[in-house]
Amino acid sequence: MYSVLSLIVCFFTIAGHYVLLNAQFLAITHIIVYAGAIMVLFLFVVMLLNLNAETEMHKSGKLQIAATIAAGMLFVTLLASFRSTTFGTFSFPPPSDMGLVQHVGQRLFTDYLLPFEISSILFLSAMIGAVVLSKKERH
Amino acid sequence: MEHTAQMVPLNYYLFLSTFLFCIGVMGVLFRRNAIIILMCIELMLNSVNLLLVAFSSYNGNSDGQVFVFFIMVVAAAEVAVGLALLISIYRNIGSTDIDVLNKLKW
Repeated sequence: MYSVLSLIVCFFTIAGHYVLLNAQFLAITHIIVYAGAIMVLFLFVVMLLNLNAETEMHKSGKLQIAATIAAGMLFVTLLASFRSTTFGTFSFPPPSDMGLVQHVGQRLFTDYLLPFEISSILFLSAMIGAVVLSKKERH
Repeated sequence: MEHTAQMVPLNYYLFLSTFLFCIGVMGVLFRRNAIIILMCIELMLNSVNLLLVAFSSYNGNSDGQVFVFFIMVVAAAEVAVGLALLISIYRNIGSTDIDVLNKLKW
């Protein structure tokens, strides 16, 4: 329960980063989709399944240590690979109207029209699948 | 545009999103509750989204933002289907523990 709320806070901070990076349309979409839809869905499922901390099962200590070490090693490996990477120079200042809804919408409806329509079909099929899966079976 | 001198270096975004991604990986490996694992997958997707937006913004190319939009669509669809599956599993088994679901294990 608290982890869901903490994840909502984390998503809001990521939306703040999007605003800082001149991606205003994505920031608004991020807040609407994640904080408004996905995390509400998570909260409903947590409440619906009536899970609480007493019945929560944890992995054994050995597996927990192994998971921590594995994730830490992944972090160290990625950082080491970033240290040996050199980035190209970027054009400053970045165009400030790039993340506005007009620009992104023009890209979305001209160059990426086919993926956009396919993603709408994907959404529809996911919606139908969710309804069918969570419906009570009749015996 | 005098505010561009104060823009955050790209390396910081790299570190932040790497850190978030590793937290997500650790959560997937650490926990047994399937809801937590789905949430950690969301966290990993978001860290990659953040990196895509950072690179597209620094490059002056809005292709990355369009890709982030599609990633959001796929993430929303995945969560809807995944949570529906979880509810269905909970109805049949009575828990969301992934160690109980070992029928397909060899």
